[in-house]
Amino acid sequence: MAEIIVVTSGKGGVGKTTTSASIACGLARRGKKVAVIDFDVGLRNLDLIMGCERRVVYDFVNVIQGEAALKQSLIKDKRFDTLFVLAASQTRDKDALTKEGVEKVLKDLGDEEFDYIVCDSPAGIEKGAFLAMYFADQAVVVVNPEVSSVRDSDRILGLLASKTRRAENGERVKEHLLLTRYSPSRVETGEMLSVKDVEEVLGLKTVGVIPESGDVLNASNKGEPVIMDMESNAGQAYDDAVARLMGEERPMRFTLPEKKGFFNKLFGG
Amino acid sequence: MGLFDFLKAKKNTASIAKDRLRIIIAQERSTLGGRDYLPLLRQELLEVIRKYVNIDAEAVKVDVVKEGEHDILDISVALPDERASAA
Repeated sequence: MAEIIVVTSGKGGVGKTTTSASIACGLARRGKKVAVIDFDVGLRNLDLIMGCERRVVYDFVNVIQGEAALKQSLIKDKRFDTLFVLAASQTRDKDALTKEGVEKVLKDLGDEEFDYIVCDSPAGIEKGAFLAMYFADQAVVVVNPEVSSVRDSDRILGLLASKTRRAENGERVKEHLLLTRYSPSRVETGEMLSVKDVEEVLGLKTVGVIPESGDVLNASNKGEPVIMDMESNAGQAYDDAVARLMGEERPMRFTLPEKKGFFNKLFGG
Repeated sequence: MGLFDFLKAKKNTASIAKDRLRIIIAQERSTLGGRDYLPLLRQELLEVIRKYVNIDAEAVKVDVVKEGEHDILDISVALPDERASAA
């Protein structure tokens, strides 16, 4: 059976797709066979972040409606032989996804010996978000250290604990927090919620902290998930997060402000 | 901290954010009927009832409904059709 990981958040624009793309690449780089699925029907974007937007022929909805075979709809990544993207439909409405249809696609991927299926959830708590999380074994809840994102994450945690297949069977979805756009210097000056603050408010442990970084925008500009840029702090932080998801212990990095030089210290900066 | 930072004294807004979140999230968790226990309660009820009557998993419904000021735990169990189960 494939391990199903949903990347979700409630709030839009916090980095779900960036995170899905990087986690999928990170798992594939570790030799796993990975499918990453865009559940945002009508607002497809994972293909752009993965850099395969011009190779989309068939999409998730085509597969569910029996208009295309799963194999011909999976887009093989150019960087990793074991990584495949299933794009969302750009033209259909959200009702095109059905619970039975999604279940069959996930099962067929399991039969094809995928190790991991990463489900990139749309924002909100409507049908697409519900279906993205329903079959999940694990959830990565992406949160910005900011009040509206934290509150929405709590709503999503409530849904993960009640509206998923695991919850209905009396089991738990394994939940992880992933903080993005983290600014250690603003945390130090008391302007931003810290990792500990967010963990305490949500009652959950953090699997990764991604520092605010211009490299994330550069990565999406190029269609190259930021985890591929191991020079960048954000890329390294995602790599740590993937390692932790796979059970490795790694110390948290990039959560303290970088050391400033004497001049900067004197005049602030 | 820069030497001249006192000139632009800032409030610790993060602690304000944390306090506000604590209050609103506690409130929302309680009005939404709690996070965790309904599915588990449903599963355990199902197991207990199945000791005596053979019912489908869908036959047990557990909900919290609001009536005026009170929250009511609404449990309904649909028993199977007697003739069908006898056949």
